[in-house]
Amino acid sequence: MTVASERLQTIEAARYSPRWIADRLQGAVLHVVIIGLTLAWIVPTLGLFVSSFRPFSLISSTGWWTALSPPFNFTLDNYVKVLSSNNLGTALVNSFMISIPSTVIPVTIAAFAAYAFSWMRFWGRDWFFLALVGLLVVPLQVTFIPLLTMFNKAGISGTFLAVWLAHTGYGLPFAIYLLSNFFRALPTDLFESAEMDGAGTLTVFFRIVLPLSVPAIASLVIFQFLWIWNDLLVALIFVGGSEPVAPLTVKIAGLVNSLGQGYHLLTAAAFISMIVPLIVFFSLQRFFVRGILAGSVKG
Amino acid sequence: MDLTQLLTNQLPTLVAVILGVPAVLVGYIVAFEFAVRQLPPQHQPRVRPWIWVGPALVFVSVFLVYPAVDTIRISLENRQGNWVGLANYQQILSGFPTGGAWIAIRDNLYWLVLYTGFVLLFGMLFAVLADRVPYETPVKSLIFMPMAISFVALGVIWKFMYSYQSPGLPQTGTLNFVVTSLFHQPPITWLQDERVNNLALITAAVWGQVGFAMVILSAALKGIPGELLEAARVDGAGELTIFRRVIFPLMMPTITVVGTTLVIFALKAFDVVYVLTFGNYNTEVLANLAYKELFTFSNAGVSGAVAVLLLLTVIPVLIFNLRQFRAVEARR
Repeated sequence: MTVASERLQTIEAARYSPRWIADRLQGAVLHVVIIGLTLAWIVPTLGLFVSSFRPFSLISSTGWWTALSPPFNFTLDNYVKVLSSNNLGTALVNSFMISIPSTVIPVTIAAFAAYAFSWMRFWGRDWFFLALVGLLVVPLQVTFIPLLTMFNKAGISGTFLAVWLAHTGYGLPFAIYLLSNFFRALPTDLFESAEMDGAGTLTVFFRIVLPLSVPAIASLVIFQFLWIWNDLLVALIFVGGSEPVAPLTVKIAGLVNSLGQGYHLLTAAAFISMIVPLIVFFSLQRFFVRGILAGSVKG
Repeated sequence: MDLTQLLTNQLPTLVAVILGVPAVLVGYIVAFEFAVRQLPPQHQPRVRPWIWVGPALVFVSVFLVYPAVDTIRISLENRQGNWVGLANYQQILSGFPTGGAWIAIRDNLYWLVLYTGFVLLFGMLFAVLADRVPYETPVKSLIFMPMAISFVALGVIWKFMYSYQSPGLPQTGTLNFVVTSLFHQPPITWLQDERVNNLALITAAVWGQVGFAMVILSAALKGIPGELLEAARVDGAGELTIFRRVIFPLMMPTITVVGTTLVIFALKAFDVVYVLTFGNYNTEVLANLAYKELFTFSNAGVSGAVAVLLLLTVIPVLIFNLRQFRAVEARR
């Protein structure tokens, strides 16, 4: 027997040995486990999605899975009704009215501050930054009562302005933290050579730091936007039941608690509120994930 | 209200704010920068930083620091605004184990342990398993998707999962369908039954947050050098041993960071409880209690005391985070 065929025989033996079967089986088990878990994970969303296209009488009498077999009985009624009769359109516009300024204002202010924190020296700089890191975890509940009083005195209670101001204050610690981490990682040579060329602080910031930080700013913008779009607590406190100003989250939470009529409309309402975040999420997932990584893995 | 009318009313405001506010802020920076340049050169570096951090310091002081301190004062007053010392704290901390805020404290402890534990467990499981299959990206996208939606939408999704119909009627909730058809047990009122309702709320929140843990843990997992794992395999270590002795210790710092973030989320839990039970049937949590005391019972003092209690519970995490931060800074 030649050496080659001997080796072939060993390989054949190995391929049909129990160990090979065990490995294959492990592979199959792995696939079953992960596909099973993933399917289980999407069942809740799928169930609501299917329900949102079913007529009221069926939602309350049979499970959503029965809709997957004939006779198919789907309708757009829930969407039409919830948009026309429940002022959900107003709430949708309000969500934009709250989310966009509450993203733009803190990100702009944070960019200036983060630049100072990372590339300027001043008295108490490290202590101020440490305080910001501490503020990251402070529960917002401790700010509500005095802020409500303040907004009442200023006569802006229950307006968009009140919500914008509150979100700006709440969003700044995280925004400054995230941007500072990024700005500080920029190479020192960049600043030295710019200074040698006689570039002022403004030029360095607007011409060098900002263009280089587009990915970091993009993650922050997405993060802050989604956070505010999805926020219930702050809106509930500063807008409350004020219909003309209430965003989607407040409106839908109200629908849940007014059990009985409109319960089936919740399915459609929930999906309407999910459209914007899902578009943002699936089109900008890269930035979103980067933001999460930069925000939580400290250092 | 007419949607087009609404848009014509709101759109100009929106555009004005989006363009106006940044313009004002940039104008402020540019104007003061030119003012600073008029100063003698040796004074410039001392003045300039304050102009750049100024707006942020003002906002954080006015909308975060001052209110937090003022809440401590309010928590020591009664409804009429008179000083009552620690009476509000006495009210929420008396009547152990079911009076005052004790149910909320107990439930927050459930959240702390179960929510943090399960999110880490499933996050780790998905990170490790998905790493070994060719369709990793779609699996991770699907698990991560609930992170993008609001807790309110999440609450609605789970409200339908937990739907209950009397025994005999066809069940409309997925879970009760499984319980009755597969296990032939009577249906369960998931959100009212006090044996399971806290777990039901926590499950909904876990479902939403696993993607967060998975993404971070998965990034850490991919950061482990392949040679290290190869070397262990060559030495004859089994996959389980490799996980326990190599992967797990290397990921420990990341697990700690994710864990502390989750602990904070658990202590602040609000939306899911508000939407699914509003704290009824003994599912109260501190954040919801603070809200109820303020808006349902109009008792600012007690609400303030609950908020301060909440603040006290996060202080250990706060100190831990600051230490971590300083340790990282020292290594820079």
